[in-house]
Amino acid sequence: MPTVFDFERPVIELESKIAELKSFANEKGLSLETEIGTLEQRASELKQFIYGNLTPWQKVLIARHPERPGSLEYIEVMITDFEELCGDRLYGDDAAIVGGIGRFEGRPVTVVGHRKGRDTKENLARNFGMAHPEGYRKALRLMKQAEKFDRPLICFIDTPGAHCGLGAEQRGQAEAIAKNIMVMSALKIPIIVLVIGEGGSGGALALSVGDRILMQEHSVFSVSSPEACASIIWKDSARARDAAEVLKLTAHDLLGLKIADDIISEPLGGAHRDKEEATTLLISAVSRTMAELTAMGRDQLLDARYQKFRKIGVHLVSDSSGA
Amino acid sequence: MVFDFFKKAKYFTVKQDVKRDIPEGLWVKCDLCNEILFTKDLERNHKVCQKCGHHFRLTVEERLHITLDPDSFSEYDAELESSNPLDFPEYSGRLATAQEQTGLREAVITGEGSIGGHRVVVAVMDSHFIMGSMGSVVGEKITRAVEFAQENRLPLIVFCASGGARMQEGMLSLLQMAKTSMSVGRHSEAGLLYISVLTDPTMGGVSASFALLGDIILAEPGALIGFAGPRVIEQTIRQKLPEGFQRAEFLLEKGFVDRVVPRPQMAGTLAGLLSLHERGGV
Repeated sequence: MPTVFDFERPVIELESKIAELKSFANEKGLSLETEIGTLEQRASELKQFIYGNLTPWQKVLIARHPERPGSLEYIEVMITDFEELCGDRLYGDDAAIVGGIGRFEGRPVTVVGHRKGRDTKENLARNFGMAHPEGYRKALRLMKQAEKFDRPLICFIDTPGAHCGLGAEQRGQAEAIAKNIMVMSALKIPIIVLVIGEGGSGGALALSVGDRILMQEHSVFSVSSPEACASIIWKDSARARDAAEVLKLTAHDLLGLKIADDIISEPLGGAHRDKEEATTLLISAVSRTMAELTAMGRDQLLDARYQKFRKIGVHLVSDSSGA
Repeated sequence: MVFDFFKKAKYFTVKQDVKRDIPEGLWVKCDLCNEILFTKDLERNHKVCQKCGHHFRLTVEERLHITLDPDSFSEYDAELESSNPLDFPEYSGRLATAQEQTGLREAVITGEGSIGGHRVVVAVMDSHFIMGSMGSVVGEKITRAVEFAQENRLPLIVFCASGGARMQEGMLSLLQMAKTSMSVGRHSEAGLLYISVLTDPTMGGVSASFALLGDIILAEPGALIGFAGPRVIEQTIRQKLPEGFQRAEFLLEKGFVDRVVPRPQMAGTLAGLLSLHERGGV
């Protein structure tokens, strides 16, 4: 049974009515085309309306949709000759982050990305896409390797956040994330960051310091998960919906804040409703961006990356008479 | 039942920590060992409890006072102030209250001064200002200080004290991690020294950025240092954390800090380290 959200119910109900009517017409040999046409028209309008006016919280739900394509689904189609590479060479391999090398439109690239599970079993194996330090250190190793062999880097962002637990702290979760951020900011290769689901906190940022941050239409990126934010601000994680409304976490909001560089359209209703179309749209965005970045000189690329992050933030300049 | 009732009444105990009538400001109770300390003595001891060695949290002013050579400090970017870029509910009010309570414009003060005669760029965070959280202004001031240090080929010392990224500025706060780390990376590439001093608490988005990127990382005894907060971890794993978990000594043992330095020795240690990095020798 596919996951259906409350706000989608009118669409789903109408679509099933149409399907019913069609099979009824077939069975009885009736011609109901006009009626069906009207209903289909209504369904399409309803979809446009509902999916065009999603609240931030509804976007969070779509970004977390269990059937939403993740990094591996996109890699499978986008990247040919993909070879997965594992391990951080220090402690272990972390399945919450996948990485490897392959070709994008014929050009060798390095790919790293968070990986949530598609079912309970995979989710347990991949810790729901929440990485330990070894995951970030694996990513770091592959990023440096990409630089050594002068391959562009593509990162997929899809994580609720870094794992929070004893082992993660003991092995230096903070240090691992900090190191990734610093190293990425100066990697001498083009870096394309694709936010494909939810980007949560430092655990997402650890793979996000790129030349371009492209966000899928229904993806979100936030300073912490709405649940964690609600718990910090209001001491009540149940107010996640309220937090989502004020955090400015949608692709549209982040384009406005100049954090996202572009929005990649999704099929109506979200990537999970038409995976093929979603992948096509993603590929064409990456293709365009790749051409742009590979045409830039190394120094120009690095300067632009520095400027991109350097400029982020809003402050006032008050008179100097003291606070 | 009745006997139980009388029994209980007989044995009712007086709590040990009944509020004593302490004149405001003259005495202070140690958070750790509950010892009542004479404020003047505590201040003379760099706000370290004489009985148990607990390091009280410092204000920026206190930190600058005990660290820098007298009258050597000059502040940068004092005029930078936070706005409420996301129109986050109640944020403007919280900023105003924090400013009023601390007398600071934001959670970090940056500038330059000298330690043992060595010129240095410093940034000092203050946990009394919205838990030292990092929003746009904290990130901007630290980045400008790092850039100034790089342009002028000066060493950099950051005293970290922060709960992490400031929720009320959302992604703008998260991206300050990238901005600050990036500038620290360039400073490092230029062959310059960055000493990070972790004080209580150094958590979240600050520990996961510039705080843990120092060439040399020192910590104050007992400082809480980590990525996820201890309460969050306890809720997630549903068990109590071991004694001393995420404390400075724990990080030393795990290899994430170079030294745990008691506060009275901090300025001397910093002066020594700065001296060892002076170019051209004496």
